[in-house]
Amino acid sequence: MTTPLDGNSIAGLLRELFGRDMTAATARCDSCGSTGELARAVVYDTAPGVVVRCRECTAVVARVVRAPGRAWLDLRGVSYLQIDLPD
Amino acid sequence: MARAAVLGRLSWQVATVSAVRRESATARTLVLDVPGWTGHLAGQHVDIRLTAEDGYSAQRSYSISSASEIASEDEATSPIELTVDRLPDGEVSTYLTDVLEVGDQIELRGPLGGWFVWHPDDPRPVLLVGGGSGVVPLAAMLRTRATRDATAPFRLVYSMRSPIEEMYADDRALSAAGVSVHRVYTRKIPPGYPRPPERIIADDLSDPDFGPDRAPQVFVCGPNGFVEAAANLLITLGHSADDIKTERFGPTGGPP
Repeated sequence: MTTPLDGNSIAGLLRELFGRDMTAATARCDSCGSTGELARAVVYDTAPGVVVRCRECTAVVARVVRAPGRAWLDLRGVSYLQIDLPD
Repeated sequence: MARAAVLGRLSWQVATVSAVRRESATARTLVLDVPGWTGHLAGQHVDIRLTAEDGYSAQRSYSISSASEIASEDEATSPIELTVDRLPDGEVSTYLTDVLEVGDQIELRGPLGGWFVWHPDDPRPVLLVGGGSGVVPLAAMLRTRATRDATAPFRLVYSMRSPIEEMYADDRALSAAGVSVHRVYTRKIPPGYPRPPERIIADDLSDPDFGPDRAPQVFVCGPNGFVEAAANLLITLGHSADDIKTERFGPTGGPP
């Protein structure tokens, strides 16, 4: 297992997928109900992708795989994402 | 309140090295010209991609160390600066510090990260806690404070193994009015230094002007172990977890 980093480390990957910065988006962990910005989540490198875990309860909140020409995003562990938008 | 984010382009761009500068015994600052760069916020980073002739590519993230600039539509910004710490078995860092030279080009994506950011119009005091290369995005915040003539009080707590590793030692942004710097050496201290060599402790983070009652914004950056230790100390000292922003660097000096 590699040294865990945080959601800041996948800022580029998430921006590729969502078209905007997502590190400031708040996620609710579907397992324990805690909320926090994606930047705070625990991120493990599991090449060719990453696993994102809840910092409070360690449950998997997301998995992302980036391969040539496409990506997969599994968000089963997230109840919702809250994103700030301009009015 | 939604703050305007600097998006830049979503795709990889080619950046040209316009200058290099030794920053410490092990670190080098790269000055990069990025065509069409519209600026960045203090604390943001870029992804760098190197591709070998055989198609093998490696990607790393590096924090921008230069002061924040936001360009309007028809003007270009200054070059950006990245400081790279050379890790002895680092695949990418050794290339960037030993091989890359002025005129060379690298692929770059950014600016990235809208959360670990300091906004110059925020009047709150700021406590910066950096371990090793974790000081790089904090330097961008200090430099932005200087160029924007911001008056928010800043304190930098900078942990490093020994004095030869110190970056930005002569930077005026670190000795400006309203800025205090506390250096923590973990292995070797300068002659006569009053603090013995040891890892960061609660006392290092207890300046009353930046205590919980002042509700400072806190930024902690560095290797995972350092960030965990410092953040836990800050919570124990009474700081609110919501006011502490953290960014962890990997053993390679940046995320994979």
